[in-house]
Amino acid sequence: MDEKVEIIKVGIADMNVVSAPNRIRTSGLGSCVGVVIYDQLKEIAGLVHIMLPDSSLSKAGTMNHAKYADTGVKELVKKLVQLGARPSMLKAKIAGGAQMFQFSNTSDMMRIGPRNVEAVKRELTELKIAIMAEDVGGNSGRTIEFCPKSRILHIRTVNKGTQEW
Amino acid sequence: MEFISNLSSIHLDILKEIGNIGAGHAATALSKLLNKKIDMQVPHVKIVTFDEMMELSGGADHVVAAVFLRIEGEAPGSMFFVLPPEQATVFIRQMIGDEEFTFDQLAESELATSALQELGNILSGSYLSSLSDFTGLALYPSVPALSVDMVGAIISFGLIELSQVSDYAIVIDTALNEDDVEISESVRGHFFLLPDPDSFHIIFESLGVRDNG
Repeated sequence: MDEKVEIIKVGIADMNVVSAPNRIRTSGLGSCVGVVIYDQLKEIAGLVHIMLPDSSLSKAGTMNHAKYADTGVKELVKKLVQLGARPSMLKAKIAGGAQMFQFSNTSDMMRIGPRNVEAVKRELTELKIAIMAEDVGGNSGRTIEFCPKSRILHIRTVNKGTQEW
Repeated sequence: MEFISNLSSIHLDILKEIGNIGAGHAATALSKLLNKKIDMQVPHVKIVTFDEMMELSGGADHVVAAVFLRIEGEAPGSMFFVLPPEQATVFIRQMIGDEEFTFDQLAESELATSALQELGNILSGSYLSSLSDFTGLALYPSVPALSVDMVGAIISFGLIELSQVSDYAIVIDTALNEDDVEISESVRGHFFLLPDPDSFHIIFESLGVRDNG
């Protein structure tokens, strides 16, 4: 049992997929939301690091699907299905959406964390993907790592150390 | 991205000069505050991806103390003063006069938190007022907010405005440290100025340089 475990890293506004025994990780989630979607029997999982709630906010010419909740979740599901995941068996775990700074004027931009979480949940509900665990909100940054084999999401924060979800 | 590809070397020089003037004043303020010589590096103006932006201050996982403020007024943007824990500890010790202070105590110590916040306040205020004088633009800082957390979690907040139009950031980065301390790159303090996308042409125009160079 000395198979080498590789950890796939996902950057900001980025996505990737992984199959067991490898793991997938994204670092420093603040107001961004990390969405893990997995097929538990096939032991495959994907992770997308979402920055913004809605692709209609985009004023850019080129479109990075992984940046937005609506397009990011859809695109990730598509990638997983290509890998052999069955759409009806997909489950999700989500983390992030913190409010890193407290300001007195709570404009929409300052509430970006909660808005990202709402948008991700709306999208998952629409695709009928159940959320098995969520660690969202608060005001701490999170680094998350998912193991498709154990289906455990490891969430590390500066103050609380690593917790399993 | 349109506004990035339109930048010429003149534009980059202007942005570098902004970093120079702003951080120069901030370094003077810091030097007066601590009664020490402060060394400032030549500013860098970089066009970076969001991931590279995190690498500039040690990687998304790296823990830092950061003061963040929004710039409001004629050329809105975001500003960060990022300190690695080692450097923040040194500054706090000097400000509160307690040599025993360690970084772990920061969360419990109201005095230390307030000292660090005030430090960020003074430095970013002097950066911004010199920028305002130089460009003749009216710029108002929001009340600065302090956070001790992972770089990725902190910096990404300042990229939100930008991320709606681009996958790249133009960052004006100036490093500061105490003059007499041999210090490695990773423990320097950094100023990051991130103008909102629409602010670039306002800044250039205020200095008599046209957008298309």
